Amino acid sequence: MKAAGTALTLRVLLLAQMRQQPARLLIMLAVIAIGVSLGTAVFIVNATALNEFTQATKRLVGEADVIIRGPPRGFSESLYPKLSANSAVAIASPVLEIQAAVPGRQSPLKIIGLDVFRAAQLQPALLGDLTGDIRRMFSPRGVFLSARAAQELSRKPGDTLTVIVGSDPVALEVLGILSIARYSQAVGLMDIASAQWTFRQLGQLNRIDLRLQAGVDAHGFSAQLARDLPQGVLAIAPEVERDRAVTITRAYRVNLNMLALVSLFTSAFLVFSIQSLSMLRRRASIALLRALGVTRLQLQRGLLAEAVVIGSLGSAVGVLMGIALATAVVHLLSGDFGNGQLQVSAGGGPLLDPWSLFAAFLVGTVVACVGAWFPAREAAARNPARGLKAGDSEIIIPPRRLLLPGAALIALGICLVILPPQRGLPIAGYAAIAALLFGTILWVPRYTEAVLSLWPRTNRVALDIALAQLNGSRGTMFLSLAPIIVSFSLMVSMSIMVHSFRDSFDAWLGKLLPADLQMRLPPGNDTASWSDDEQRSIAALQDIERTDFRRTLPLYLRADREPATLIARDMRAQPTQDILPMVASDANVDPQRAVWISEAAQDKFEFRLGQPLTLPIAGATHRFVVAGIWRDYARANGALVIPRQRYIDLSGDKSANEGAIWIRPGADAARVQQAIRTRFSTANALEMMRSSEVRERSLAVFDRAFAVTYALEALAVLIGLAGISVAASFTAIARRAEFGMLRHIGLTRGQVMQMLATEGIATAVLGTLYGLALGLVLSLVLIFVINRQSFNWSIDLSIPALQLVAFAAALIAAAAATAILSGRAALTEDALRSVREDW
Amino acid sequence: MLKVVLRLSACLCAILAIDAALATVAPADASAAAVVRGYPLNFPRDYGAHNEFRTEWWYITGWLHTRNGAKLGFQVTFFRSRTSPDLIAGNPSAFAPTQILIAHCALSDPTHGRLRQAQRIARAGLGVAYASEADTQVSIDRWQLQRTSERYIARVQGENFSLQLTMLPTQPPLLNGDRGFSQKSPLPRSASYYYSVPHLQVAGTVEREGAPELVTGEAWLDHEWSSEYLDADASGWDWIGMNFDDGSALMAFRIRAKDGAQHWAAATLRDGQGNTRVLNAEEIRFTPLRHWRSQRTGISYPVEWRVRAGPVEFELQPLLEDQENDTRATTGAIYWEGAVTATRAGHSIGRGYLELTGYGEALKLR
Repeated sequence: MKAAGTALTLRVLLLAQMRQQPARLLIMLAVIAIGVSLGTAVFIVNATALNEFTQATKRLVGEADVIIRGPPRGFSESLYPKLSANSAVAIASPVLEIQAAVPGRQSPLKIIGLDVFRAAQLQPALLGDLTGDIRRMFSPRGVFLSARAAQELSRKPGDTLTVIVGSDPVALEVLGILSIARYSQAVGLMDIASAQWTFRQLGQLNRIDLRLQAGVDAHGFSAQLARDLPQGVLAIAPEVERDRAVTITRAYRVNLNMLALVSLFTSAFLVFSIQSLSMLRRRASIALLRALGVTRLQLQRGLLAEAVVIGSLGSAVGVLMGIALATAVVHLLSGDFGNGQLQVSAGGGPLLDPWSLFAAFLVGTVVACVGAWFPAREAAARNPARGLKAGDSEIIIPPRRLLLPGAALIALGICLVILPPQRGLPIAGYAAIAALLFGTILWVPRYTEAVLSLWPRTNRVALDIALAQLNGSRGTMFLSLAPIIVSFSLMVSMSIMVHSFRDSFDAWLGKLLPADLQMRLPPGNDTASWSDDEQRSIAALQDIERTDFRRTLPLYLRADREPATLIARDMRAQPTQDILPMVASDANVDPQRAVWISEAAQDKFEFRLGQPLTLPIAGATHRFVVAGIWRDYARANGALVIPRQRYIDLSGDKSANEGAIWIRPGADAARVQQAIRTRFSTANALEMMRSSEVRERSLAVFDRAFAVTYALEALAVLIGLAGISVAASFTAIARRAEFGMLRHIGLTRGQVMQMLATEGIATAVLGTLYGLALGLVLSLVLIFVINRQSFNWSIDLSIPALQLVAFAAALIAAAAATAILSGRAALTEDALRSVREDW
Repeated sequence: MLKVVLRLSACLCAILAIDAALATVAPADASAAAVVRGYPLNFPRDYGAHNEFRTEWWYITGWLHTRNGAKLGFQVTFFRSRTSPDLIAGNPSAFAPTQILIAHCALSDPTHGRLRQAQRIARAGLGVAYASEADTQVSIDRWQLQRTSERYIARVQGENFSLQLTMLPTQPPLLNGDRGFSQKSPLPRSASYYYSVPHLQVAGTVEREGAPELVTGEAWLDHEWSSEYLDADASGWDWIGMNFDDGSALMAFRIRAKDGAQHWAAATLRDGQGNTRVLNAEEIRFTPLRHWRSQRTGISYPVEWRVRAGPVEFELQPLLEDQENDTRATTGAIYWEGAVTATRAGHSIGRGYLELTGYGEALKLR
C-alpha cells in the first residue's frame, strides 16, 4: 500500500514535471551526465594506461623472486656465476638493461640484453615469439623489437636501427618483431653477449634476475644478499618493479581523479539547488497531493524516487558518454592526458571493467539523491494548508543555525591541512578542501544577510526594490549562490595554483638555463655521451666563451625506491643560489664534500640539510654532506648535484651528456650551433637549442599538461552558470505575479528590467567576491599542501590578478544577462493575467 | 648414439625447446672440423670435449635396481653444440654463445607408467656451464657428468626426481666403426668419432617425489662427436646398446630411408674375452615384432624386435611400453627411447637401451 502510494506520487510528480518543466529536467540530466562522464572517462583512461603499463612490467619481471640491480654502467659479471652457484638460487638470469640513444628520438629506447636460455625460464611470456629464432638472436648486431617499438621507429624485420654509443652511430639489424600480445610497450631485445659488445660494456651486467629454490624466503635471502652485493647494487623485490608504473604516476592520477570528483561535487550542488527551487515552483501541487491524502513519508519517498529516476538516467547517459570520451582519448591521444607519463597503445582499446562502470553509475545516482534529499525533506515537512495558499514562495533557511556546523567543518579543514601525506598522497589535503568548501558554503546565508544590511538606500525605485527583494528571498539566493560559489572558488584556486606553478617553473627554467645554448643527449639514455676530447674540442671552438658540461646518471639509493638522478656539474660559482634554485642551504659545508639535493630527494630519501650521507659512485661508497636543498621540477624521483671534479676524481668518468654553452658577445648563435653539429656524425642523437627556445618549449609542454585542468575548470564554471540561469528563470517565472503587480502600480517595463538586472548583478557580485576569497584560501591548500605532497616540489604563491578580475567580470556579466533574459521572458506576458493567475 | 639432440623438448618452457635451429637449420659451418678416417682416438684427451666439431654428446643409458628389487631405466645425456664463428663474429664477450650445452635426463619407471624427464640448456662460459677439453667434465649449473679417478659421476635434478650415480668402467672403451670412425651413410662425409663404454657398474641414489632410494645397476656410455651427421635421404634410425650377461656387448644401428627401407647399418660386437668384430650392413637385420601405439600422439612404435648382428640373434622386450618422449607441444619431435631386455628362447640374456626415431615425422637432421 505504502509502496503503491509512493509509486503513484512519483508518477504524478514526474509527469507534471515533464509537462511543465522539461528544460529543468534536461538540465539536471545533463549536469549529472557531464559530471559522471568526466569521472568515468578519467577513470577508464587511467585504468587502461595503468593496466597496460603494469602488464608490461609484469612481463619484464616475469617469475623472478629477487631482482639485482646496479647502476647503468653496471657491476662485474663475476657476480652472475657467484649467484648461480648459491644454493638458495634455482635460476639466475644475467641482464644488461640499456636505455639506448636513438637518433631522432627524444626518449631513449630500452634495450634488454639477456641470455635467452635463462630468461626463457623467468620471462617465458615475453620471449615466446623467439622460438625457432634463438640462434639468430646470437647475431652480435641483431635486435628484436616489440611491436610498439617497431611502430614508433617504423622498422620492419631486416631494417637497420641506429643507436648512438659514445658519439658513434652503431647499426643494429632488426631480426624480428615481437607480437603486441608479448609486450605492449617499446622495447628491444638482444643477446646478452651482443649487448655487452655493442654498448661497450664487456664484463659488465646491470641486472640479474633470480628465482629462488622452493621454500627459500625471498625477504630473508635479499637481506642477507644485500650485505655481499657491490656498492650501489641492490636486491629489489619484484613487487617494487611491478608497481613502478603505479608509483610513478600515482600522484598525477590521483589529481585527475580528484578533478573529476570536483565536477561531480559541483553537480550535486546544482541538483540540490535546482530541486529546491523546483519545490518552490511545485509547492501548490505538492500541497494538493498532501491534501489529497498522500502522507508525508510517501511524498518524501516520491520526491526521492524522482531523484533516483533522474539520477540514474543521467548517470547511465554519463557512463556511456564517459566510455565514448575515454575511447576517443585512448585512440586519439594514446591515453595521455598531457603529462606524457602514461601512454597506451591504441590497439588495445579502453579497459572497461563492468564493476567500475557500475560504481560510476551508482556514484552519479547517489550524488543526485543526496542533492535532492534536503529539498525533499523540506518540502514534505511543509504545512499543506500554507502551501495551497499563494505567495508562499520562499524557502526559510535560518542562517544562524548553519553557522556552527560551518565553523566545525572549517576547523576540521584547518586541522586536515597540517596532516602529513598518506602513502605519499595528499589525501588529507583533498579532504581539507572539501571540508573548507562545505564549511564556508554554510556561512553564505549569514554573509548575504550581513552584506545586504550594509547596503545603503538609494531612493531609486528599481534599486531599492531589488534590494528589498534580495533581502526577502535570501533562501532562494543561497540556492543560486551555492553552486556558483563552489565552482568559481574551485576555478579561482586552480587558476592561482597553475599560475603560481607556471611562474615558479619559469623562474626555475631561468636558473637552469643561464647560458645561450643548451646541448644534450636524449635524457635518460645510458649509451650516448661526449668524451673528454669532444668536450674540449667544443670548448675550443671560435666564438664560444665558456662551456659547462655535465654528467647525469641514475643513482640507486634504496631498494624500495626509484633511482634518483646524480648530476655532476661545475659548482664552483658562488653563491650557489645563482646557479641552482635553492630553497635552503648550509654555508658551513666543506665544498669538497658537498651534495645539493632536490626537494624530491629530500622527501623520498628522508635526507636533511647538513646530514652526512654516503653515495655509491663507480662501485664504491663515498661520504658527502647535504649542503643545500634546491627546487627541481624535472626529476620526480629526486636529484643530487655533486661537483663534477669530485665525480671525475671518484669515478674516472670524464664523459658528459649535457652541456651549457656561452657565446661570445656579438657572435652568431646559429653559426656556433652549426660548428658544434659538424663535430658529430649526422646520425648523432645530439639535441641543441637556444636557451630561449628550451624555455618556450618547456612552457608549451607545461601549458599542454594543464590543458585538461583548464578544460575541467571551465566545465565546473559552466555547470555553475547553469545553476545561476536555472535559478534566475525560476524566480522570474515564480515572480510573474510580482512583476504584474509592479507594472500595475506604475513601474515602467524598463524599471522592472533594471530591478532584475540589479538583482542579478548583486547576486553575482556577492557570489563572485565570496568565491574569490574562498578560492584564494583553497589555492593555498592546493599549493602548499596538495602540490607539495603529491609532487614533492614547492611553488611560490603568485596571484593572476588580471585573469581573476576578468573571470569575475565575465561571470557577473553572464549572471546579469541571464537574469535579464529570464525577466524579459516573464515580462512578455500580460501583466493583468499574471496578477490574476494566483487567485 | 644418434640422439635427438636437436629436437629436445623443454619441460620447463617452450623456448628451451632448443630450437631445431641449434645445429640443424643453422647454415652449414664450413669452419667446423671434419671427421676423417684414420684419426687415432687418444685417451684421456678424447674423453673430453671437441669444441671444433659441430655436435657432441655423452650419452649414458642403463638399468637400475632398487633395494626391493624394482627395475628402472635411466638416461642421462649432455650435448654440446658449436655455434658458427660467422655468427659470433669475434664477439669477445664472456657470454658469446660459442658453445651451447644441453642436458637431458629421463627415468623409465614402470610404477609411473611413463618417462620422468628434465632438461637444461645453457651457453658455455663463466663457469656456469662448461665442457672440458681435457677429460669428461661437463656441467650445466648443478647438473654434472664428471670422470674422476676412472669413475663417471652423474648428478641431475628434475622437478620431482633426481639421480646421483657413480659408474665404474669394467671394460676398456669400445671403438665403434673403423677404430672409432663411424660412418652414418653411404656418403663418407656423414660420419662421427664414436666410442662406447659398456658394462659400467652403477651405484647411487634415485630420488622420486622426495623419497631417496639406493640403487645399483649396469649402464652404457656413448661418446660421439661429428660435424655432419645424417644425409638428406635419411628419415630416422633404430639403435641399440646391449650389455649381455656373459660380458659381451653390442652396439648396432640402422638408418632408415624415407621409404622405411634400411639406408645404412653398422654394429660393433665385443665378446666376453674382449675380441671385437665390426659388422657391416649385410650382417645386421632389425625385424619389428610388435608395435605399440601411443595414446597421446597416435604414433605406432615397433617396441619388440628380433635383431641379428653377425653371429648373435636375440629378441628385445621393453621394460614398459610407454617410453615415448613427446615434445610435440614444444618442438614437434616425438621419439621413443627406453630400457629393453634381450631374450633368447624365452630366457633373458642381457639388458640395454633401444632408441627409435623418425616414426612420427622425418627428423630434420643432416
